[in-house]
Amino acid sequence: MSQRVFDSAFVEAKATRMRGDIVEMIAEAKSGHPGGSLSAADIVATLYFGGVLRHDPTNPQWPARDRFILSKGHAAPVLYSALAEAGYFGRDHLSTLRKLGSILQGHPDCQKCPGIEVSTGSLGQGLSISAGLAAGLRGGDHGEAAFGDRTVWCLMGDGEIQEGQVWEAAMFAAHEGLSNLVAIVDHNGLQIDGSCSEVMCLGTVANKFKAFDWHTIEVDGHDVVAVHAALEAARAHVDGPVVIIAHTIKGKGVSFMEGDAGWHGKAPSADQVAAALAELGLTEGSRT
Amino acid sequence: MSNKATREALGTTLVELANEGVDVVAVEADLSKSTTTAKLGDAYPERLFNVGIAEANMIDVAAGLAVAGKVAFTGSFAVFATGRAYDQIRNTICYSSLDVKLTPTHAGITVGPDGGSHQMLEDIALMRVLPRMRVVVPADYNSAKAAIRLAAATPGPFYVRLGRVGGPQIHPDGFELELGIAYVLRDGTDVTLAACGVMVAEALVAADLLAAEGISAEVIDVASIKPLDGATLIESARKTGAVVTCEEHSIIGGLGSAVAELLAENAPTKMVRVGMNDIFGTSGEPAELMAHFGLTGADIAAAARRLREAT
Repeated sequence: MSQRVFDSAFVEAKATRMRGDIVEMIAEAKSGHPGGSLSAADIVATLYFGGVLRHDPTNPQWPARDRFILSKGHAAPVLYSALAEAGYFGRDHLSTLRKLGSILQGHPDCQKCPGIEVSTGSLGQGLSISAGLAAGLRGGDHGEAAFGDRTVWCLMGDGEIQEGQVWEAAMFAAHEGLSNLVAIVDHNGLQIDGSCSEVMCLGTVANKFKAFDWHTIEVDGHDVVAVHAALEAARAHVDGPVVIIAHTIKGKGVSFMEGDAGWHGKAPSADQVAAALAELGLTEGSRT
Repeated sequence: MSNKATREALGTTLVELANEGVDVVAVEADLSKSTTTAKLGDAYPERLFNVGIAEANMIDVAAGLAVAGKVAFTGSFAVFATGRAYDQIRNTICYSSLDVKLTPTHAGITVGPDGGSHQMLEDIALMRVLPRMRVVVPADYNSAKAAIRLAAATPGPFYVRLGRVGGPQIHPDGFELELGIAYVLRDGTDVTLAACGVMVAEALVAADLLAAEGISAEVIDVASIKPLDGATLIESARKTGAVVTCEEHSIIGGLGSAVAELLAENAPTKMVRVGMNDIFGTSGEPAELMAHFGLTGADIAAAARRLREAT
């Protein structure tokens, strides 16, 4: 079982290491989604390495674990890096991303990769799955109440909430009063075709969730201290589901990728990898 | 059509499974009275989740419940529960190989007056092509009960096609259905009538009509469309040399296609597919529609005669 302590410097170091992994993995794979993986790195690092997520990498099926669902499945590299760092599988797997025979599919596959609760990749489904999971894990006559409070964490993209099913799930979660469900929106403002406001305006994301009777928390998604506080506050909330709107920068940490929709789904060149790693203070290949 | 409809087996069997200690839940999309999942909610309120009119959410909430360790059934009508939520079924239920059992009702033209928009004629095709999905089409109430029990007992994705109206009893009380087994209801030597769902009863009518003319028809209930009982069907086809498939579904992609694929590769046999011929349904009473679209026992018998003449 993971240690439940928070050390911001430790989390930041993990996030930096994960950013290096993301850039190197996608370059090695020659395809993938760096922008939305980098924007979510601090959130995922805080969950996995900030003592938030209850899990046991040596026992991925531990019944008392929290559940993490990566609804924005295209950000798989950030999750794969975290899972490898946590010890679900060896770091040598990271260089196999997207290759034939790899456990690290282009989008997460629970049939192949330990630590993946359910396969994702088709956007808009993760919140429904998470809501069903949260309902199934609640205490009750047929629930496993002995395991107590198990939180379901669902990480979504902001473009993803254009999918209508997200709002079907939002209505359901509030109706069921799912206090053990926490959604996190990685609000980087960009999607494949450009800015969200140009492609299909999201308006004020928090207001939309408020209208569905969710408790909302807004946070700087790159301030791990603030992210940690938001995640713990969301877990402690007892009156229905919570959404954390994490304001982020797409491509965060690699200056030439930051805020550029073009880096949603493109692999960096060798020179770009070297520049990115230098910027992150990492040495190429130092993590494998 | 005086006996219980296959849909009536749903709620009743779910309650039985819960009573027996199976960790069963159901997710419904505002049709709990029609599909009879309401019975589970009446007996065990915490086991029935009604998501409202939101079929995509219904499928993925069931997925989440399955990830939590439940055996999760879904309701709604076949047209919405498959077509409207196809990506959810493919990319979440099947791709993750989850214990979600799709048991929608109101499949086929026997939906009746609601008309073509509500008469699902493509669901077997849609479900059959999905890796890891099993497809069962029960012929009567007893078979439907058995199919629902089989779905609960079989790990992974499962589709059971249920209907709105009742029909004659085909199988005995307490009947147990096996996956990948076809049931020879009547032995014959001149033509094979391979049927599923409400068409099994029509095939038996056809066999009687043909018998009066001295034609010996073998009637097979092909409840398990995927996996298909290749051995039984090939043996029958080799014996009779003529196969008529009978389904309340499009002749494209359903039972007829499955049997044609099997026989073309293993025992090429003259065939006719009786079913909906690449068209939508229309409003009318179920019996009227069966006659209108050529799905009665008389129509099957006529198809068998034509096939034998062509042989």
